[in-house]
Amino acid sequence: MTPVKINTGRLRTPFYPRLAELDFLNTWHNWAGYTSAEALYCEDMEYFAIRNSTGVFDITPMTKYRITGPDALDYLNRLVTRDMRKIKPGRVAYAIWCDDQGQVIDDGTIFHLREGEYRLCSQERHFAWLTTAAIGFDVSIKEETAEVAALAVQGPTSYSVLKNMAIDGLDTLKPFGLIHHQIFGTELMISRTGFTGDLGYELWIDPDKAIDLWDALFEAGKLHGIKAIGTHALGLARKEAGYLAPFEDFLPAEATVRTGRTRSPLEIGMEWLVDFNKDNFNGRRALLKEKAEGSKWRLVRLDIEGNKTADHSYIYSQGKNNSEEIGFITSAAWSPICKQNIALGTVKAPYGKPGDNVWVEVYYQREMHWNKVMAKATVVDKPFWFPPRRGATPPAPF
Amino acid sequence: MIDKYDAIVIGAGHNGLVCSALLAKAGKKVLVLEANNQVGGAAITREFAEGYSASACAHLLYQLQPQVEKDLNLNLKLASKNMSTIVLSKGIEHVSYCGSKVTGVNDSDQKNFKEFTKRMTKFANLLKPYLNKAPPRLGTKNKKDLFTLAMLGFDLRRMGQVEMREFLRLIGMNIYDELDERFESPLLKGGLSLDSVLGTHLGPRSPNTILTYLYRMAGKHGEISLPEGGMGSVSKALSDCAEAAGVEIKTNSQVKKVLLAKGAATGVELNDGTVYNSEIVVSNADPKKTMLELVGARNVETRFTHRIDNIRMKGNAAKLHIALNKLPTIKGFSDADYGQRILIAPDENYVEKAFNPAKYGKSSPQPVMEITFPSVNDDSLAPSGGHVMSAIVQYAPYKHKSDWNEEARNNFKNAIYSVLKQYMPDIDSCTLSMELLTPVDLENEFHITGGHWHHGELTLDQFMFVRPVAGSAQYQMPIDGLYLCGAGSHPGGGISGASGRNAAQVILKKGNK
Repeated sequence: MTPVKINTGRLRTPFYPRLAELDFLNTWHNWAGYTSAEALYCEDMEYFAIRNSTGVFDITPMTKYRITGPDALDYLNRLVTRDMRKIKPGRVAYAIWCDDQGQVIDDGTIFHLREGEYRLCSQERHFAWLTTAAIGFDVSIKEETAEVAALAVQGPTSYSVLKNMAIDGLDTLKPFGLIHHQIFGTELMISRTGFTGDLGYELWIDPDKAIDLWDALFEAGKLHGIKAIGTHALGLARKEAGYLAPFEDFLPAEATVRTGRTRSPLEIGMEWLVDFNKDNFNGRRALLKEKAEGSKWRLVRLDIEGNKTADHSYIYSQGKNNSEEIGFITSAAWSPICKQNIALGTVKAPYGKPGDNVWVEVYYQREMHWNKVMAKATVVDKPFWFPPRRGATPPAPF
Repeated sequence: MIDKYDAIVIGAGHNGLVCSALLAKAGKKVLVLEANNQVGGAAITREFAEGYSASACAHLLYQLQPQVEKDLNLNLKLASKNMSTIVLSKGIEHVSYCGSKVTGVNDSDQKNFKEFTKRMTKFANLLKPYLNKAPPRLGTKNKKDLFTLAMLGFDLRRMGQVEMREFLRLIGMNIYDELDERFESPLLKGGLSLDSVLGTHLGPRSPNTILTYLYRMAGKHGEISLPEGGMGSVSKALSDCAEAAGVEIKTNSQVKKVLLAKGAATGVELNDGTVYNSEIVVSNADPKKTMLELVGARNVETRFTHRIDNIRMKGNAAKLHIALNKLPTIKGFSDADYGQRILIAPDENYVEKAFNPAKYGKSSPQPVMEITFPSVNDDSLAPSGGHVMSAIVQYAPYKHKSDWNEEARNNFKNAIYSVLKQYMPDIDSCTLSMELLTPVDLENEFHITGGHWHHGELTLDQFMFVRPVAGSAQYQMPIDGLYLCGAGSHPGGGISGASGRNAAQVILKKGNK
């Protein structure tokens, strides 16, 4: 028998050849089986591309499922906590889904591509859960991660870059809208979505045309500061936007072992995504009970005094020595654009109401020696970074 | 038309009737809706050939719980009781057993049989009280549940170290090994093997077959009787009792769906669009039909749906009815022998081999059978001179490779007749007409998913705390006001009435809070 050669290493996205050309740092990590660049040449420069010009991030590893069939809408409505009947064709919904106990499995975006035809995107893989949830529904669920190549094109000049590619319909494309465009003999889907909290788009195309798209995009953006970016730059941008990352700010329920380590949507600030007025959705009974009895945890966005990054710090109710420990920081950063020491964290309810003050115990190292500071922090209820251009339709040209 | 009831029971199976009668006795206004044109569900007597009638499914009564009879003041007329079981031999040396006595075997087998039945009766008695109440929840702080669990532990321990060990050793075990250790007579081993696997998708070598045997013994210690007028008369007695208590029963009323509002049951809608309102809906239908069809997966949670969908309930028992112009000849049989329970299970390996093809979607080429001639002691079932044979024939898997096409049916009929002929050489000339009901037919006629008599395999993973599924074993479904009362819930199948009675108790207790 001739041995069959199987590529067991990390997968490469169709954009890999271009990313590899631009790669200087050679720092890659695993994202859902694909190799993904942490940074290509300079983390800081890449971050500033997002905020000042246009950053391009390869989101092909994002897990994608095509959901179709007569019951597709009913299926999704049972799956996620928000009312999907309100998401018309050509619109995108940020959504969250729970297990039977009302604990968050993951969050993701659902694209209503055409009437009755949906694509669900999430960071983690969920085929088993989605298939189980399909029992009793006339619906087809197809894993299409490898069949769609995708790029996030984010930043203030992104609109102008795409305009240069002669894409129609951009002027009226609102946040969470999507359009289709014919190019390279195939269909390019453009959605006004992203993970940066800034003006930005995501482009979705047949993998065979991925390189054509990349080249056309970089040609169109060469006078608009277009730059490829890695995960680290995006990670900083998402913290500024106040977006949650699974495995950092919450654990997907299916990935926990210990009791009490899961979170409900109400406990991670997603109550606005839970619609108790629609028909049954998974976790509804449990969440109604939690709403009546009160939640255990609350997710907070913190504006922390000083400039020491509060990674993994404990949160206290008071600045005094004997004060109660009420939670911990899950992600933290110095925000270059806001000039703020920001963090996301989890505290015990009822602590952490917007406007409340809490104290964060920050450890930092100076020439091997550790120092500690109790930094006062304010709970804020808005994202740290939410520029008007994010919602402007049409966005301003550059 | 809109009518309001305190409780609506879907399905007038025997459990539904028991449940409705008990609810009505407690003062509830109860409506029972039955899809078919007579009450009883699968526990009915029906004419299968002109002038010839038989019980459509189960034909013998051995599990009816004494508590049910007592609560409802039932006074059943029995055509015969305390029946013996005769395992047919091809010669005249049949083996016959009843209670702890067995004849046709050597002294050692007789002695061992006594011990065996004594122990099995003891274990069955241990289980019995727990079959007659809602199973305790596991991992709860509810005092009553914890008490019941503690009692179960205490009852086990109280038997003494030897018996407790024996119980724990046997409860998950297969009957084959136990029989092989104890007995020599192939016929005795064959008969007891068949007792353990009747109505299941199990062979005597399958784990759990001691549990199914104990379950069988837990009604009346294995005492078998034949209701006069067939099983339909039991259902009739139950429905008379329910109607006397004020229950309204509507036949030809097939429920299409359970109506819901904000996670709670509000009533039911029939196929013809008629709506009946009630805040309590009790389903005598099997758990799959109830939750996946009548309620709909979308109205309950994903994991719960998954568990329900995975309940193993593919029937494997077929029912055979033969109209006879006279009783067939069985060598060495006295007239009285024809009135007993007759088994074709020549040895334990034969039973296992009969099961083998069922695993691969084929029916047994050499089936095992539980045969009765109910007309021997009950002349209402056949015209004068004529007789009826009613038999449970295994194995006939629900998921047959051919989906039970005409050829598969004929093959199975031929297999049955070729086996029958070995014991009743003149069966062909006695046969006037015959009817074979495969699990698919049973599903169609009685609306039981998979045509499984017990509304779900009775195995340890679908027993007690986890019947029908983990987290929902106390009759209440995860929809406010929706309950199960059928064999798919604890304790399980057989004409026992325990599920219906337990469900009624849970519903009434809830209402009194």
